[in-house]
Amino acid sequence: MTNVIETKDLSLTFETNDGPVHALSGIDLDVAEGEFVSFIGPSGCGKTTLLRVIADLETPTAGSIMVDGLSAREARLARAYGYVFQAAALYPWRTIARNVELPLEVMGLDKAERQARIKKNLELVDLTGFEKKFPWQLSGGMQQRASIARALAVDPDILLMDEPFGALDEIVRDHLNEQLLKLWDKTKKTVVFVTHSIPEAVFLSTRIVVMSPRPGRIHDIIKSTLPRDRTLDIRETPEFLELSHRVREGLREGHSYDG
Amino acid sequence: MTDKEGWISRSAPVMVVTVAIFILWYVATFFLNAPFQKDTYLRAKNTSWTTSQLVADTMSQKRPVMPAPHQVVSEIYKTTVLKKITSKRSLIYHSGITLSSTLVGFLIGTVLGVLLAVGIVHSCTLDKSLMPWVITSQTIPILAVAPMIIVVLYAIGIEGLLPKAFISAYLSFFPITVGMVKGFRSPRVIHLDLMRTYSASRWQVFWKLRWPSSLPYLFASMKIAIAIAMVGAIVGELPTGAVAGLGARLLAGSYYGQTVQIWSALIMAAFLAGSLVALVGVANRYVDKHMGVRP
Repeated sequence: MTNVIETKDLSLTFETNDGPVHALSGIDLDVAEGEFVSFIGPSGCGKTTLLRVIADLETPTAGSIMVDGLSAREARLARAYGYVFQAAALYPWRTIARNVELPLEVMGLDKAERQARIKKNLELVDLTGFEKKFPWQLSGGMQQRASIARALAVDPDILLMDEPFGALDEIVRDHLNEQLLKLWDKTKKTVVFVTHSIPEAVFLSTRIVVMSPRPGRIHDIIKSTLPRDRTLDIRETPEFLELSHRVREGLREGHSYDG
Repeated sequence: MTDKEGWISRSAPVMVVTVAIFILWYVATFFLNAPFQKDTYLRAKNTSWTTSQLVADTMSQKRPVMPAPHQVVSEIYKTTVLKKITSKRSLIYHSGITLSSTLVGFLIGTVLGVLLAVGIVHSCTLDKSLMPWVITSQTIPILAVAPMIIVVLYAIGIEGLLPKAFISAYLSFFPITVGMVKGFRSPRVIHLDLMRTYSASRWQVFWKLRWPSSLPYLFASMKIAIAIAMVGAIVGELPTGAVAGLGARLLAGSYYGQTVQIWSALIMAAFLAGSLVALVGVANRYVDKHMGVRP
């Protein structure tokens, strides 16, 4: 399989008034097509920064990065990825359908194509019937689903998700995790997912990247032994617990609990 | 008592304040006009006046220091309802003159203010070079600038409504610029980042994000701008010795000591400005409804 994301010795240092902050240091990571890769680590380990570098929202200070065979900037200009933020970030003055339409307008698609993609993607996230609602009329979980539909509407090869369910309660989060896996299976996209929840990372991923802080770096990469087709029940299996244990150990070794 | 819409509970405070103002006004009328009235009695060798007569007389002088509310109301009634609109003595005619330059000035000011804000937000150079001038322009007393604007424009052949409208625009562009600079910069970082992930152009970011985000600021600024546009229009009528407009009424009133006329023009100006602000409020609510603002 080909790699959709490749980084070599990637580093990012922020210059601040208190001196340089090493947000990322020596990141070597390959993500193959169709993978579901999670970045896990405590706050300040650079997981979100790494995702933002992939999205060309931050510029690395050293090393190289390739996204979809292009530089990160070219990949952004080619709209190779869809980005889901921590908050749903829906535009409050647009209805749900018009929010999904936003990237399609920017892309300059014609009306018929826009309508078709809105319909298809709202169906994917199970939001049919809510087209005319404004964001505040939806629950937090539904808003985040709408923002996933918006990211998918671009029909990108890669889906970048930055703690998308972090602000939701556990019941909703479980439900959305399951839905996300189905979505991933259906769309065959490559997903890069940032989280600080061990069960979430283990449940969703084919590979888990354990990161540690100061400087932000990759401590360990754990390959999942779970089958691709999973339901929430899998979390009770010894295999799942074993994987969770390994992630937890990795976080501990990386001194992640000190901070 | 049934008060389903809360109409009474909402209007009661306003009523109380209104009544309080009227009482204060009447009291002030008595005390401010009494010295002149006593003087009049003295000159007429009238020594048998009573307090109740004094009170009544202070309320019905021809050229009082302070006209009583009912005098102003009856003057307004006489000059609006009882006069033809085309008459030079109709307050509606004069209000119309001032209102038209107010609205033209407000329109110019709003467009100019928004354009300046667009420039300032999109160009660092304009931000540094324009903003100080925008602020300086408002530190000059408008009363000093107004005659010069009128004279300069007259010299190049512009007269009538436009010079007054320019003075209105001069005053009203400022709150719009300041408000809209803030408004255009109000989108959250996450919303701007989203546009960046779409590789949206500057104009797309402007029309799809900055402009809709700035509308609450626009309406707040327009409420201030339209009220001071009216002030500008009135001030613009003063130095020209204009024969028409609320400013002209104020000027004529003060030449001839017609305080009742001055006050009725003042009240009319206040009423018009209040109505214009309310009108902007109505437009605001209409736009809010279409933008799905949570009621």
